[in-house]
Amino acid sequence: MIDLRLPIGIFFLLVGLLMAGYGVVSPNDIPHIGMKINGNLDWGIVLTIFGLLMTIFGWRGQRRPPEPKNEQPPVH
Amino acid sequence: MLQHLLLLATAMAPVQTSVAAAASAAHAAPHALIHLAPIDIAILAVYLVFVIAIGYITGKGHQTSEDFFLSGRSIPAWITGLAFISANLGALEVMGMATSGYQYGMMTANYYWVGAIPAMVFMGVAMMPFFYGSKVRSVPEFLKKRYNEGARFINAITFAVFTPAISGISMYAMAVVLQDFLGWHFWPSVVVSGLVVLVYTFLGGLTASIYNEVLQFFLIVLGVAPLTIIGLIANHAKAVKHAAAGMHESWLMAATAGWGDFKHWLDTHQVSQGKAMLPGNMWLHTWMGTGHAAGNTLQITWPGVVLGLGFVLSFSYWCTNFLVVQRALAAKDMNSAQRTPLLAAFPKMLFPFIVILPGILAIPLLPHLVTGGTVVHGKIVSDTHTVNNVMPLMMGTYYPAGLLGLGLTALMASFMSGMAGNVTAFNTVVTYDLYGSLINPNASDKHYLWFGRFMTVLGVAISVGFAFWVRGANSIMGYTQTIFGVVNAPLIAVFLLGMFWPRTTPWGGFIGLLVGTGTSVTLWILCMKGHPMAHFYKHGTTSAFWNALWSFCAGASSTVLVSLFTRRQPVEQLTGLVYQVTPRGEASATLAWYRKPLVLGILALLATLILNLLFW
Repeated sequence: MIDLRLPIGIFFLLVGLLMAGYGVVSPNDIPHIGMKINGNLDWGIVLTIFGLLMTIFGWRGQRRPPEPKNEQPPVH
Repeated sequence: MLQHLLLLATAMAPVQTSVAAAASAAHAAPHALIHLAPIDIAILAVYLVFVIAIGYITGKGHQTSEDFFLSGRSIPAWITGLAFISANLGALEVMGMATSGYQYGMMTANYYWVGAIPAMVFMGVAMMPFFYGSKVRSVPEFLKKRYNEGARFINAITFAVFTPAISGISMYAMAVVLQDFLGWHFWPSVVVSGLVVLVYTFLGGLTASIYNEVLQFFLIVLGVAPLTIIGLIANHAKAVKHAAAGMHESWLMAATAGWGDFKHWLDTHQVSQGKAMLPGNMWLHTWMGTGHAAGNTLQITWPGVVLGLGFVLSFSYWCTNFLVVQRALAAKDMNSAQRTPLLAAFPKMLFPFIVILPGILAIPLLPHLVTGGTVVHGKIVSDTHTVNNVMPLMMGTYYPAGLLGLGLTALMASFMSGMAGNVTAFNTVVTYDLYGSLINPNASDKHYLWFGRFMTVLGVAISVGFAFWVRGANSIMGYTQTIFGVVNAPLIAVFLLGMFWPRTTPWGGFIGLLVGTGTSVTLWILCMKGHPMAHFYKHGTTSAFWNALWSFCAGASSTVLVSLFTRRQPVEQLTGLVYQVTPRGEASATLAWYRKPLVLGILALLATLILNLLFW
């Protein structure tokens, strides 16, 4: 089974790059607050970093053999 | 879902007004308030491609019905834990919580910190060993093993009838929002979104649903969280607008300053609550003024919150509803199943800051939102500037193109996660507990796999059909959600006695289920019809909490009474189902502390206690 962190990471990497790229090309401030904050660039960078970390962890997890099932009885 | 069901159950009148407005909107010609840029559409398209691709990839290895319905019991705890929250995080919850934040403030967080976390901890520590250890495939099947076929049938048929209906209502609400804000027509919104969910649940079954729920969880968090930050910044900007137009500040500095500015605004303003004006600072408290119903925004009393919400309603939902239990049953082993609700509790307790706080922050920013629709010549006419739309309105106001696409995709994701959760739970219960139990008990596993896929199609079709039905007859929306909440309220009595009192007999459980449900429905009808008892409670919220408690007492006492006079099962039949006769493992010295359910449970409760104290 695919390591779920991989598709999640790739998804956010793509969306993050899209937003950050759009923020660079079309640097719109957040409307109605009168402040110089490029929301797309800043949040796009956050998403890109998150996506990158998930992709790396997912890629490493994919190469690792699956953990054995823990068949212990319930622990209270 | 519990939170929104309860809020609907407790405020029927305003909800029906707003529903009427929404229905009116659904028939009106689409007119866009927000225009999407190509970047917004690109983000939505990437999301749709990914959810379908995940469905395709996860469905490739499915060979047995258990693969399809229970993911072959192979999923790690962190995934089932996030899916556990996400399946409960439909569009109605995300948007409804912001609405409640605007109307009632942080008191709405009681639905999380009292109405969810303690029950989730109890589920992981005390109840999961019986659900997972007994190898049942569904909650109704557990009732069959512990009690009898009758108890299973009641639970299964209720679940099968209401689950796709609730899903259809969520679909309807989402389509109305898309129509109001984006100008998309009602029917393509419903049909296309239904088709996307159908494709990935049909291909990948529960695994696809769970995997997508985790993606949707992160998308909801990362798509909606900026609204809290921007809401704080906007409050800061509002406070300093005359001094520093066009100023440069970092997100962090502006948001931190915004919290102080917002609190100052609440301290110095009165906010309308129905016909009354209340001090604004009441909107940041969860317990203040709960000594009497008139002393707080939600008009609740603390005994009702603790016993009705914190015990009966939340335990019934989080410990017995198959929609959430199914996620834990897909875990790869017992320890992972136990940790599923416990790991879910930590992000869950922080959700008020993402879904409720933007609604509260909107009070100074969007001060003129109305309850329900606008009345013109005696008829309710659609009005997008209602409290029900506070979240999309905030997004439309403060999100630039790009971020707006992310936010709307997050709302779409919340709708899809809720719907997929309902559909996968529906197909499992219908296949195993109705078809496989009553109609065709000796079919091959391949046949059940085929039937499950067919039920997936049927579940989506019923949901779509229900969305169109609600559009034509909107009053059924509030009633359907309320009745489902009411019917589920007393379930926990029968489960607790069944799991922790070996003397409980099959007839005791069956009769207890009937009496508890009957009491709950009767009390609800009496309150709806204006019985004097309803006036005693003063407010719908209080009556919902107390009705749940009375139904619990009726169900529990009748179970005990009937059990004392009917024949009990042999002890060997109860092994794995009842605490006293089930062998338990000692806490392993090799198990790391963060894998021990009791340790995680205590940490979750302590963290929740701290949050309650911070927002007392």
